[in-house]
Amino acid sequence: MAEEAYEDIPGTQVFDARRSRKGYWLNMFCMSLMKDENRKAFKANEEKYLDEHFPLVSVEQREAILKRQWNRMLELGGNIYYTSKLGATDGLSFQNLAALMTGSTQEQYAAMMLAGGRSPDGNRSKAEWKNRG
Amino acid sequence: MAKLLAGVTTSHVPAIGAALDNGKSGEPYWQRVFGGYEFSKKWLAELKPDVVLLVYNDHASAFSLEIIPTFALGCAQTFPIADEGWGPRPVPPVEGHPDLAWHIAQSVILDEFDLTIVNKMAVDHGLTVPLSLMCGQPKAWPFKVIPLCVNVIQYPPPTGHRCFMLGKAIRKAIDSFPRDLRVVIFGTGGMSHQLQGPRAGFINSKFDNAFLDRFAKDPQTLIRIPHLEYIREAGSEGIELVMWLIARGALDDEVREVHRFYTVPASNTAVGHLILENTR
Repeated sequence: MAEEAYEDIPGTQVFDARRSRKGYWLNMFCMSLMKDENRKAFKANEEKYLDEHFPLVSVEQREAILKRQWNRMLELGGNIYYTSKLGATDGLSFQNLAALMTGSTQEQYAAMMLAGGRSPDGNRSKAEWKNRG
Repeated sequence: MAKLLAGVTTSHVPAIGAALDNGKSGEPYWQRVFGGYEFSKKWLAELKPDVVLLVYNDHASAFSLEIIPTFALGCAQTFPIADEGWGPRPVPPVEGHPDLAWHIAQSVILDEFDLTIVNKMAVDHGLTVPLSLMCGQPKAWPFKVIPLCVNVIQYPPPTGHRCFMLGKAIRKAIDSFPRDLRVVIFGTGGMSHQLQGPRAGFINSKFDNAFLDRFAKDPQTLIRIPHLEYIREAGSEGIELVMWLIARGALDDEVREVHRFYTVPASNTAVGHLILENTR
């Protein structure tokens, strides 16, 4: 299958059929954290919770979850509206997560947003990111 | 007969709800946002709609990856407030209007829009933040609400054109409802933003302002914007703007823009807001 044109957009995982299928159990694990009893059980023993309730989460996804590798989770089929539920379980807001995913401090990220956000210029295609060195 | 009086478009950033619920709305950061809705609250209170048809998206609250309806119309009597991980927002329950909702469902399905009928659905910040922005913090919402939930998370969302045409079918349904009801349609979500990955924080004010400029007078130029362009130019979550086009499709071709507001940021997002009135 030819690569979709949106794959050229840098720093972005479009949640298409391929990623949705790959990330199904990772995302459904995150969905389970909507319930307080599940959040408590997960926090009490993260590995046990995953093994008992979500055995179909892949080895790579399991590692990314346990290590809180937020971008890696997206690469492995995670969707931000789901992974943010794991973030919420850790007490992290969307803006906290955005700072982590962009490799900024909270202060840097908040300042960038107040200054008008990340500019479209230089952030439209992967070629632009390559050239910035 | 039922009459569609006006349309409201607005972003539905969750942090806006959190700011209101946690008593932070007086802070300068949030005053900048809420200030843009002062006119709107008065305007809506004076208009006194009976029903608001509220187009929004669910954020993995009522629906997960198990079931992904492209268009889901809430036909229930009431809609509970979703627990999005911090407990439900402390806002009044949302009362539906099953008579009109079922009428719309039947009418648009016969018009070849195969939407999903939902009788049990918790509603999340996508629906409650626009209500808070437009009504403040009342003890009860001053109108009934018909939720129309659109998938914009699983790619692909419906096209802008499809949304616009669904809006037209909804209008036809409202116009043919045989009881006097004052109806307003809300189209929510957007504007430019990206929540995910290394490009998070993406904002494109130029794109947003062009969209606002053309929304009232020239929507035909917006309905053909391809998904690729939304994602590239307005961020991966900016694609929510297709939901505004349902509201636009439902309105008259000729509308009066009575209010416009735009500010950056609310948390990660560009906030845009329009009020358009039908002139007939």
